[in-house]
Amino acid sequence: MVNPRLRGTAAIVGVGHGGIGAAPGRTAFDIVGDATHAALADCGLKLSDIDGVFAATMVNSMPAVNVVEYLGLRPRVTEGTNTGGSSFLAHLQWAALALDAGLCEVALITYGSNQKTGAGKFVSTSEIVPFEAPYKPRYPVSAYALAAARHMHEFGTTREHLAEVAVAARTWANLNPEACARGPLSIGDVLASRMVSDPLTVRDCCLVTDGAGAVIMTRADRARDFPKPPAYLLGVAAENWHRWVSSMPDLTTTAASRSGPRAMAMAGVGHADLDLVMLYDAFTITPIMFLEDLGFCPKGEGGRFVADGRLRHGGGFALNTNGGGLSCVHPGMYGLFLLIEAVRQLRGECGARQLDRPKLALCHGNGGHWSSQVTAILGTGETL
Amino acid sequence: MEIRVTAAGPGTERLWRDALGEGRLTLPFCEACGRAHFFPRVLCPHCGANAIVLRPASGRGTVHSTTTVRRRAEEGGDYNVALIDFAEGPRMMARVDGVAPAAVAIGMAVEAAIVTEDEAPLVVFRPVAEGA
Repeated sequence: MVNPRLRGTAAIVGVGHGGIGAAPGRTAFDIVGDATHAALADCGLKLSDIDGVFAATMVNSMPAVNVVEYLGLRPRVTEGTNTGGSSFLAHLQWAALALDAGLCEVALITYGSNQKTGAGKFVSTSEIVPFEAPYKPRYPVSAYALAAARHMHEFGTTREHLAEVAVAARTWANLNPEACARGPLSIGDVLASRMVSDPLTVRDCCLVTDGAGAVIMTRADRARDFPKPPAYLLGVAAENWHRWVSSMPDLTTTAASRSGPRAMAMAGVGHADLDLVMLYDAFTITPIMFLEDLGFCPKGEGGRFVADGRLRHGGGFALNTNGGGLSCVHPGMYGLFLLIEAVRQLRGECGARQLDRPKLALCHGNGGHWSSQVTAILGTGETL
Repeated sequence: MEIRVTAAGPGTERLWRDALGEGRLTLPFCEACGRAHFFPRVLCPHCGANAIVLRPASGRGTVHSTTTVRRRAEEGGDYNVALIDFAEGPRMMARVDGVAPAAVAIGMAVEAAIVTEDEAPLVVFRPVAEGA
């Protein structure tokens, strides 16, 4: 079912980063504070204007409640749904609903993790999985490796196709001064790097970094009053079919095949209308499957779709222009950074990697082990 | 022998583990729709009925996907993690033993064995011998 009622009713008016890459000596909440401060400065609002808080983390049982305390807020809406890396795109939906219903006036969506400098390695609050843990899959990479292996078996996708996704991400990262991994990267480099869980090497895996993000959202009727052009939420849809990979209904088709069409129908846009596509690239296989599930190419053709280099800077298909989770930043859960890059591109703030006057961006977030899929469409004022 | 899951007694997971501990690999079946599922639940994820019985599993399966998890030799070396489709339909995560991790292939016919690992019974699979 498509519900167009919320189309264009809310807009992102402020965005900010904190602690991108490494934030030694700062806690996860410190860099949430940095990002929130930056996002408020970006839109000219005060901390006390925030009356809706939407947040998730990987290490707190009540993350939104912790954020409220750290920031010293007294919000009317506190929402902490955690669907993994897709949480922050789902929060867009809940924030838009809360704003539309008058439950709050200024929504903050935020996330931060210091997993690189704070913990020294990837940490997660995920529980022991009784029917998987005895076999010692390396989470999360093995869950994605099992799907990649099946995709290669069913459709003839190759390790070179996977590597192309990492190489393309690097071409964009090399134009982004904030990106954590820059410098040359070839398909041969990816293939020759250390294998982690076949067929995925360490270069097929996202970065492990610190980083925080914050997004400020208001109703569309006041969004024009802010200093920078608003990015309107035109469509958003979430789907969730399983939690762990052994219960994934089909290893080569995700719930993005439902969230994508619903979000695009709500926005009233087609594939050819989109100027920017931001896909959660936790591993090189994820954009390949999402390009298929979201309808940019037929099922099974994702590897061949990317093989001609079209995802690279200048290749004609603008994907993950910040360098993605593979080369820009990936602090455990990455979804919020998809939105921040899309807003910056729609505003024209992206310097050397700036697209030519983009109007419409699709952001797609993934959570868990291909589990929670959320698609959002953002547009400039002329797309309303 | 069927093990019936009742509203008053232990749940399906506990009953499944108890049977495994006694050397019997079972699968939960729904008496309403006839379909099997895995992991074990008290209601059928296919039709919603709570008429679940554990029945002996054939143990026959096929490798649906496989990965070699790389590990340093001094920590035990590389090992296999696979998703196995039971002949009865459901899928489980498991490991294929009796063959090098890299030799485990999608589509390979396998059969279940119960081993003891970390002081608990564990289902693993082994390639079906040719001609078996």
